[in-house]
Amino acid sequence: MKKTVKTLLGAGAIALSGLAATAVQAADTIKVGVLHSLSGTMAISETTLKDTVLMMVEGQNKKGGLLGKKLEAVVVDPASNWPLFAEKTRELIEKEGVDVIFGCWTSVSRKSVLPVVEELNGMLFYPVQYEGEESSRNVFYTGAAPNQQAIPAVDYLLSEDGGGAERIVLLGTDYVYPRTTNKILRSYLNAKGIKDADIMENYTPFGHSDWQTIVADVKKFASAGKKTAVVSTINGDANVPFYKELGNQGIKAEDIPVVAFSVGEEELAGLDTAPLVGHLAAWNYFMSVDAPENEEFITAWKKFIKDDKRVTNDPMEATYIGFKMWTQAVKQAGSTNVDAVRQAMYGQKVKNLTGGVAVMNTNHHLSKPVLIGEIQDDGQFDIVWQTEGEVVGDAWSDFIPESAKLTADWTYPWVCGNCSKPNFEKMPTN
Amino acid sequence: MTILSKFSWLALFAVLVAFTAPVQNVAHADEFSKIVQTLNTKSKKKLGKAIDAVVATGDERAVPVLEALLEGKLFYRKTDNQVFITEKSGKVYLLTDPSTGKEIGEATRKEAKKIGINNRLRGQLKGALGGMTLMSPDAEKRLKAANDVFKAGDPAMLKILKKALLREEDGTVKERMNRALAAIELEHAKDLQIRLLAVQKLGEYTDPEVAALLNKIIAGTKDEQLIASATETLSDVESSLASWAIVGNLFQGVSLGSVLLLAAVGLAITFGVMGVINMAHGEMVMLGAYTTFMVQEVFRNYFPGAFDWSLLVALPAAFLVTGLVGIAIERGIIRWLYGRPLETLLATWGLSLVLQQIIRSFFGPTNQEVGNPSWMSGAIETSTGLVLTYNRIWIILFSLAVIALLAVIARRTMFGLQMRAVTQNRAMANSMGIRSGWVDALTFALGSGIAGIAGVALSQIDNVSPNLGQSYIIDSFMVVVFGGVGNLWGTLVGAFSLGIANKFMEPYAGAVLGKILVLVGIILFIQKRPRGLFALKGRAVEA
Repeated sequence: MKKTVKTLLGAGAIALSGLAATAVQAADTIKVGVLHSLSGTMAISETTLKDTVLMMVEGQNKKGGLLGKKLEAVVVDPASNWPLFAEKTRELIEKEGVDVIFGCWTSVSRKSVLPVVEELNGMLFYPVQYEGEESSRNVFYTGAAPNQQAIPAVDYLLSEDGGGAERIVLLGTDYVYPRTTNKILRSYLNAKGIKDADIMENYTPFGHSDWQTIVADVKKFASAGKKTAVVSTINGDANVPFYKELGNQGIKAEDIPVVAFSVGEEELAGLDTAPLVGHLAAWNYFMSVDAPENEEFITAWKKFIKDDKRVTNDPMEATYIGFKMWTQAVKQAGSTNVDAVRQAMYGQKVKNLTGGVAVMNTNHHLSKPVLIGEIQDDGQFDIVWQTEGEVVGDAWSDFIPESAKLTADWTYPWVCGNCSKPNFEKMPTN
Repeated sequence: MTILSKFSWLALFAVLVAFTAPVQNVAHADEFSKIVQTLNTKSKKKLGKAIDAVVATGDERAVPVLEALLEGKLFYRKTDNQVFITEKSGKVYLLTDPSTGKEIGEATRKEAKKIGINNRLRGQLKGALGGMTLMSPDAEKRLKAANDVFKAGDPAMLKILKKALLREEDGTVKERMNRALAAIELEHAKDLQIRLLAVQKLGEYTDPEVAALLNKIIAGTKDEQLIASATETLSDVESSLASWAIVGNLFQGVSLGSVLLLAAVGLAITFGVMGVINMAHGEMVMLGAYTTFMVQEVFRNYFPGAFDWSLLVALPAAFLVTGLVGIAIERGIIRWLYGRPLETLLATWGLSLVLQQIIRSFFGPTNQEVGNPSWMSGAIETSTGLVLTYNRIWIILFSLAVIALLAVIARRTMFGLQMRAVTQNRAMANSMGIRSGWVDALTFALGSGIAGIAGVALSQIDNVSPNLGQSYIIDSFMVVVFGGVGNLWGTLVGAFSLGIANKFMEPYAGAVLGKILVLVGIILFIQKRPRGLFALKGRAVEA
């Protein structure tokens, strides 16, 4: 009888020590949360970013990890379901104890995650171009703000090289990003002397597939004798039928150019681009950029994904920059503590993939170059225009009167994401 | 006589050129190739001037050079900055000397770089090429040239345009050339009478481009007589455009209706005839689209020359694949759930998620490239501004063919008779010796197979991604319920009336609100007539 008790105790002890061992091992890795939809409508775009983070983690581990520990990616699937994004974030931070999260694509998913990362003091890297009007203490925005994409693109359309447009059509999918961006663009165009009568605005639901009427309307709008151009914030799946209709109705880029903010190499992958040559896209990165860093990145990506035909795109570069900055900041801070890493992030520099340097500013937005590319018949973009240097991301647009007054700066004396005057005495203490 | 002698001179000249060409090349190689070399510049402004210089040489070798530049085939070699016309051949580019037209070797992708252009230069190039190809022996090229000259509106083209008009025999091309001539005269002539005459000539063409030009003239001139005349013509053009726009709208409505019909017709059988709420119907459409993709992959790899016929192979393939999947679903799942609509709904909905995820894991979440055969690309463009795209026309015809075929199967075949017998009174059909179980399976297979061939058609206008089916399932149910459950005729009328209603609402209410209004309309209609447009009558229906 005694013996059995002893054996039982012994077994218990061994089990316990085993548990302890796993606990020690867990503490020996740094956990990186990956919050991208792997199923549902957004899987088409977000799966690629999940793979990018995994590639970066693998690369970092090959270099010996971080602070002497290995990195461990924790992948969850929020399934294109916005409330689920918030739940999964809570799970990642509270249950898995991740030190950083790379994730989200749509603005609505980011808005859903926001209260959770702020409550639990987590750190989210958001890698997609967005409408701005936000700066959270717990989020670093590595995609473009409107002044790093939309405004320069419109400037190009109005310029001589871009065709000197005098009439603008704003087409968008019906949700927060296109509506906010178009609000900014409308007041910008007004400031440039283009009247409301020369601006047409149209919204369509997600996944809209019947573009006949709208394309015909654009043609009609363009027959007023002024050079017309289209600014498209159409998102996701709706783009393919839209471009097919443009091609079939014979709208040539030299007559009515379309500049898109959400169409990159990935979106063109399922499309015959020959009828679309000359239509434009504005991004901070194109796969066709001629730079040694880019070549290295493309080679690494094709090797990692084991597919020679896969393309790279702008949100991938944003993920790359965000990940590199985070590792540098962790090294500098000597810890993965969110507050320490956040301080170390400011002014952090990383070579971007287009031959320049990305800098993290105190408003949690990056400095990035703006490129405008023309669609080519091989599905790639040919760069026709770019900014001289890097443009500093602006969280609050200067072209929305109520936003122009606001400042985002998370260092002394502002310590605030949306204030009209410094706020240091209210600095949170945690 | 004078024309004849002119021609003989031309012929003589041509013969001379042909004979002396090699000699001439040597003599002029330097000058022409020097000018071509100036195309190698990073500055778009300089490139624009260089294009003008190439055009100014009047050399016939300029046409292929400019065409290559327009098509993105003009490259320069990085080592010596020489400009070449290239042709892609596997992994290398074959280089052709622009001044001799001879092939002179090859370069890898790293050794040569494309001379990029932008939209402004593209317009300039098209205009210039238009002027140079106005006399081309190919009528299609001349037509394109006339249109490009119209768009460019360059007064320098006036002379050559008049010359080309004299020679032109093709009626359509002549009409287009006259349009271009009138446009240039209107914009650039100094004499008011010529301009007024040009306005009158343009009044015969009622397309949006002419409207745009007239608008521009009205805004740009101070001459009141011209303004009055142009305004009058413009209002004529616009009213004609407006009435043609209604025709265009009707076409778009019919086209949307045909898409709805294709998506719904399979469901009209599985849901309408059999009464199975099949939430996986959309996934059958999706499987059909992926079958098209697979068939096209085979064609791309093994018979690239016959790519235009790939859809004809894809149709039976898709029918077979989805039909077999349909049988498997019916025998495996649905047959155990007859008479339990809630469970059927949940089971098939789960099944739809499973099918989506299988496709996603197997093909990846990204869109697959499904090509349009050449006979489905482009559009019929009438001179009235009406654009009818070929893919839409084919889909309308195809949807009608499918419904006709189904009607024949249901009315004229033994299987159709059995199918109708089983749905109307199962017990009686059983006692007449019909194996109702197998009829169920085959009916379900037919519905799924039809959904599959709908997928082949929809792959031509929509994304081929795992989510393809989801976007059609609600519309399909809407059409079937609106048209009247169990009635093919109702589905046809329902689809087209919803399509047309949607399209006529869209310009006023916008796409989002338009759809909402249509939905509200259907809800009200169903309140009034719960059985839809064409209700089935009979004993079985009440049961």
